[in-house]
Amino acid sequence: MDHDRIARLLEQAQAIAPLKSWPRYEVDHAVFDEIGRVIGEGERELLGLWAEPGMVHMALRRIGEDPCVVSTVVIDDRFPSIGRWHAPAIRLERTIHDLYGYVPEGAEDNRPWLDHGAWEIESPLGGRTSSALRDPADYAFLPVHGEGLHQIPVGPVHAGIIEPGHFRFTANGEIVARLEERLGYVHKGIDALTTDAPLDRAARIVARVSGDSTVAASFAFACAIEAALGFAAPPRAAGVRGVIAELERLANHFGDIGAVCNDAAFALIHAYCGILRERVLAVCEAVFAHRLMMDVIVPGGVAANITHDGARLILSTLDDIAPTFADIIRCYEDTPSLQDRTCNTGYLAPELAKRFAPGGYVGRASARDFDARRDLAYAPYSGRAFDVPLFTTGDVDARVRVRIGEVLASMQLVRDLLATLPDGPVLTPIPQISEPREGMAITEAFRGDLLVWLRVMPDGRVARCHVRDASWLQWPLLEAVIENNIVADFPLCNKSFNCSYSGHDL
Amino acid sequence: MRTLLLRSLFAKPATIDGPAPADAALEEVGRALEARVRRLYGRSLTIREVDAGSCNGCELEIHALNNPVYDVERFGVRFVASPRHADVLLVTGPVTRNMSVALARTYAATPDPKWVVAVGDCGCGCGVFEGSYAVVGAVEKVVPVDLSIRGCPPRPIDLLKGLVALVEKATQALPRKE
Repeated sequence: MDHDRIARLLEQAQAIAPLKSWPRYEVDHAVFDEIGRVIGEGERELLGLWAEPGMVHMALRRIGEDPCVVSTVVIDDRFPSIGRWHAPAIRLERTIHDLYGYVPEGAEDNRPWLDHGAWEIESPLGGRTSSALRDPADYAFLPVHGEGLHQIPVGPVHAGIIEPGHFRFTANGEIVARLEERLGYVHKGIDALTTDAPLDRAARIVARVSGDSTVAASFAFACAIEAALGFAAPPRAAGVRGVIAELERLANHFGDIGAVCNDAAFALIHAYCGILRERVLAVCEAVFAHRLMMDVIVPGGVAANITHDGARLILSTLDDIAPTFADIIRCYEDTPSLQDRTCNTGYLAPELAKRFAPGGYVGRASARDFDARRDLAYAPYSGRAFDVPLFTTGDVDARVRVRIGEVLASMQLVRDLLATLPDGPVLTPIPQISEPREGMAITEAFRGDLLVWLRVMPDGRVARCHVRDASWLQWPLLEAVIENNIVADFPLCNKSFNCSYSGHDL
Repeated sequence: MRTLLLRSLFAKPATIDGPAPADAALEEVGRALEARVRRLYGRSLTIREVDAGSCNGCELEIHALNNPVYDVERFGVRFVASPRHADVLLVTGPVTRNMSVALARTYAATPDPKWVVAVGDCGCGCGVFEGSYAVVGAVEKVVPVDLSIRGCPPRPIDLLKGLVALVEKATQALPRKE
């Protein structure tokens, strides 16, 4: 195996035993900084950057290999900035500063990110010093200079039925010269709520990080717990989890394909996709007693089984919707006025996708060939063949086509999983442990890879839990793709990304 | 496209039958109306949805109200883009500290008489986010609430029942024509 620079740096570092599934290394500030520099040069992808009291962790992945975690101890409330070398880390570092008060040394952007001055405390997970309320509008947007430029502030309350966030457009006539996002409006303090929490409570909170990815988040949380405690869900539970995860993907992709077309003023596909989404959710309710399948995946297995009738209902629904979906694809492909809006709009360059490692359709529409289901091969996907559509055109159209391909692949996966669903129990009791353990898991949500890292205590409580939604690495790219597009195409670009606000704001 | 259009012409409607208004909601709305200016809504309500901190689960189900299956517009209920056009604010929560100013301003921007409907277990209580430094809590802690629709998230049919009750009562509360 060839050794890149980071592998050599980590060779000398100490691998900490308690993290399960993947190694965690503890390094000093100099090595942490050096690793940051090398990541900035394009060696390895940054999957996450988060803190706990006294420690900062980052998750890395070398293409084609398993991820690892590199940690460094916080000294005098400081740690070396990764963002100075690697732009995707900037918002993650600003978040660490807001939540813990730890200063990323050498970082250029020191503005608060999630802290809008409304919490009445500073560093809620660190020093917890009380602070005076600030005007939430008092935020230093990056200065924009130029003749004929004007600004359009949008949000936090948007026109549609969507989550809150602020977009500051700087436009030259119709053309967007720059978009700057300001997020954090739906920050609910999830990192604090999952600190020292009973296992079932932590699981319920993680399931509500982002409603559209509730299954994927519960899935990752359960896998992380199982990795940490060294046990596995029964084979039937793994199969049921797969079916649930794919149904969630189907429902979301149907919604997204319709919504993108709707934002291009093509309501016909939106109406049909709405019906398909509704069909899937109705089946979910019939089989799992919850339309979004919240809290169905639990550590140790699943809380709902698929009965014989349930499986039949799922299959007959797929049989029903497949022809309609084929018509929808044909309609999308045969309508030049629609493609006129989606093709070449919101272009994301493959180089940027490589650098930011955005998961899901955002990455796979711009040549980033990664799907956690295939590349990190967790149960029940290990050993299964399924299509992972890949495009290089990087526009709204490519992101729609990735979703179309994934819908077809998911429908096939559901059929395969149901056909090979083993008999047996669906829940394994959670084993006792005698020392604190750490676990990490990554699942493929409809939006992209979702990472959960956690530490469990012997009494079964979750000491610390961090959820990193794919949105963290996708939001900054939305700023890049809208550049030089017309303002009216922003909804189209935004919907083609469909980043989560809640999953990002935590 | 022709195939899809033709099929739409000849297919049965995807829309389900409208539900009867929920009893509990009827009672709650009735009470809210007694104390309010009785105004002619003409069986038509315009709604501005405000996400004041939800996980997006409630939004997904509110969205579903507009799809062909639930088709909320047939009851005279329409979602509008601005609070200035709205009779009703449909608010999901828990209200985060970072959103409380925006919610209060949205309420202020909505013309009187207006109603507020709190949606979801978080909007009606605080849900699993109880006790966080970052949330204010239920919607009623920031703006007065007239109707609560619980659920995590409430199903579209539950939302529909609540809204139908709202329209129903609004019509009944009209001064009788001479």
